[in-house]
Amino acid sequence: MKLAGWGRYPVADCRLRAPRDADAITAALADGPLIARGAGRAYGDSAMSAANTLEMRHFNRMLAFDPDTGRLEAEAGVLLADIIASFLPRGWFPAVTPGTKFVSLGGMIAADVHGKNHHRDGTFGNFVDWIDVMGAEGQVRRCSRGENPDLFAWTLGGMGLTGVILRAAIRLRPVESGWIRQETRPAPDLDAAMAAFEATGDRTYSVAWLDCLARGRALGRSLLMLGEHALRADLPATLWRDPFGPPATPRGRVPLDLPGITLNRYSVGLFNAVHYRLGARRAGPVFEHWDRFFYPLDGILGWNRIYGRRGFVQFQCALPEPQAHRGLEALLRTVSDAGQGSFLAVLKKFGAETGRFSFPMPGYTLSLDFPVSTRTLRLMDQLDQITLDHGGRFYLAKDARMSAATLHASDDRADAFARMRRQAGHAGGFASMQSERLGL
Amino acid sequence: MSGGGAVLVLGGRSDIGLAVAHAFAARGHPVQLAARDPASLDPEKRDIELRHRVSVTLHEFDALAVETHEGFVGALPEIPAIAVCAVGLLGDDQADLEHDPAAARAVMRTNYEGPANVLGILANRFEARGSGTLIGISSVAGDRGRATNYIYGSAKAGFTAYLSGLRNRLAGKGVHVLTVLPGFVATKMTEGKDLSPRLTTDPVTLAEAVVRASDSGRNILYYKRIWALVMLVIRNIPEAVFKRTRI
Ligand SMILES: Cc1cc2nc3c(=O)[nH]c(=O)nc-3n(C[C@H](O)[C@H](O)[C@H](O)COP(=O)(O)OP(=O)(O)OC[C@H]3O[C@@H](n4cnc5c(N)ncnc54)[C@H](O)[C@@H]3O)c2cc1C
Ligand SMILES: NC(=O)c1ccc[n+]([C@@H]2O[C@H](COP(=O)([O-])OP(=O)(O)OC[C@H]3O[C@@H](n4cnc5c(N)ncnc54)[C@H](OP(=O)(O)O)[C@@H]3O)[C@@H](O)[C@H]2O)c1
Repeated sequence: MKLAGWGRYPVADCRLRAPRDADAITAALADGPLIARGAGRAYGDSAMSAANTLEMRHFNRMLAFDPDTGRLEAEAGVLLADIIASFLPRGWFPAVTPGTKFVSLGGMIAADVHGKNHHRDGTFGNFVDWIDVMGAEGQVRRCSRGENPDLFAWTLGGMGLTGVILRAAIRLRPVESGWIRQETRPAPDLDAAMAAFEATGDRTYSVAWLDCLARGRALGRSLLMLGEHALRADLPATLWRDPFGPPATPRGRVPLDLPGITLNRYSVGLFNAVHYRLGARRAGPVFEHWDRFFYPLDGILGWNRIYGRRGFVQFQCALPEPQAHRGLEALLRTVSDAGQGSFLAVLKKFGAETGRFSFPMPGYTLSLDFPVSTRTLRLMDQLDQITLDHGGRFYLAKDARMSAATLHASDDRADAFARMRRQAGHAGGFASMQSERLGL
Repeated sequence: MSGGGAVLVLGGRSDIGLAVAHAFAARGHPVQLAARDPASLDPEKRDIELRHRVSVTLHEFDALAVETHEGFVGALPEIPAIAVCAVGLLGDDQADLEHDPAAARAVMRTNYEGPANVLGILANRFEARGSGTLIGISSVAGDRGRATNYIYGSAKAGFTAYLSGLRNRLAGKGVHVLTVLPGFVATKMTEGKDLSPRLTTDPVTLAEAVVRASDSGRNILYYKRIWALVMLVIRNIPEAVFKRTRI
């Protein structure tokens, strides 16, 4: 059937099956290299194989929870949304979360995802205690920092290319409420935005929404959003009775909100619109519902369709600290000169590097998205080059079109990863369209 | 979580039945899962208990062993507030069933005799108690016999009529009966079949609709809703025309 990632580009005819047990995966291995697919939230072709794609949605049982430590054992197809729905009312929240809750546990581990707290807490992998991985011969291995440590390390961030993750144990973080004490700081330009990040390194969550249409001196104009899990004592009396707040709003019912505005660059424009809201909110601390703070786009079900049938592509790079400023400036200027304002532009400071092949490096990450066209694809080649010139690297979970040469030039770990795959026998069992395109 | 009485799911391993169990558990109802080989449902039991903090019990139940149904109901830890029957069997290709009376009988009995028998027993208990909801998962296939699946369809037609009769009998006695008529649902039963996405739902979405319909005291739920219209048209095609169609 026709399959695509979240960006709906590229689209390919894929043989897609949804195994119900481990035996069915073992059987599928006999049909040649396969790739596991979680919730399909990677933007490009990471979770696509024309010959053999296995959807993990039937592996969706929770196995055990320790209310003293917050450790959850669950099958890999369990959705983050379900973990939150079950455990937030008990005072636990994911230690690291991407910008959508409609991802699977396996997908978060395979991409070793980062969140708005990367500068403090690192990637999701830091909170994974063990994983059960099925290898190319069908054997299942328990992997942790102490047991099969190499397979453990390569599988975090390994994009499904070292085996199929069947189960995992992760640690959640204790929270006193479901509310986020949010502060928003406008930054008139890139210098100010970066200075604001540097000045707020002690905050738990930070992320900046960029106004991509800003030009000249206003280049990099943005809103820095800071957040802390609200303590009970912080909450206004009106929220005391139900400190964890209402559950996530039913799918598709949430009206377009803050970042939604950025989706339409012909509308008022992000900056003005938010400025307006800010004015209204300056009166005191703002308590934002967790669903709106972490997952503003999830309320708009199927928002990826607004780009039309040709789909869209994400560009996400990380730039090392020393070259980040010049690199970001060059990237933003190129985008703005091309007149190709990105609907969604996000800037974030990263902390230390973890993992053998995980994406984040100390410095800054910028993500942009563009509707697919020959023009934007050309623009992205330019952005690739600028990133390479500044020592940066690219996020595989967002990539749909980069060349193998670009990847290998950006990251010497890619060669090591590919070599490890051949030597350990993973290459014969697991392959995606992305791994083939990128020579992994 | 709102709490509530126990929900019995007959056919506790079925994709639809399990989804309905989750949907009720999420509202705080304890769950009784009844199936053949119930021990194999241990992971489901643990999963529901972990997610929803309700208790789950497992019970041996064979829809075809009708003589055991009275004992089965009697052995339940409590008479449930709500009973859902998701037992069903599509069987092999209809063309094969036509030449295999034993297999055809299994389809007829699994979709009609077994479910009607056990719900009949539960209906008496509910009636005596003066409360309860019976939910039968029948099928749009029962709305009109078609060449390609009339064996399954006729059994579902019988089940639909049985539910309608129960509803009529129990109206005013505190017992409600909900007939669920799914169109296409992506489950084990339909795996590998080429279903039109516009007419197909998934078990989780269907289960939400079932729980809402149960809450609101609805009598008949077609799902997806469009099926109500589709079946209205199909039921009204004159027989002289219908018999020559292939749909
Ligand atoms: C709106 C939006 C916001 C996002 N924000 C962020 C963000 O802030 N930070 C971030 O890091 N990412 C972010 N992402 C990317 C997303 O978190 C990752 O792509 C994640 O991997 C998606 O998980 P999934 O279950 O959908 O996996 P899929 O997209 O289905 O697969 C992704 C990769 O995981 C592998 N995989 C999936 N399941 C398994 C398994 N069981 N065993 C082995 N391999 C498996 C696949 O082979 C594939 O390589 C965002 C995506 C969207 C759509
Ligand atoms: N899927 C659709 O498109 C669709 C459409 C309309 C109606 N329906 C109806 O929806 C209901 C649920 O089906 P489903 O789609 O969820 O498919 P399913 O997963 O195949 O469920 C059918 C269930 O019936 C059980 N069953 C069969 N014979 C039994 C017996 N003798 N005793 C006890 N249990 C028995 C099976 O139990 P085991 O697991 O032990 O085999 C199975 O769990 C069925 O009544 C079906 O007819 C389905």
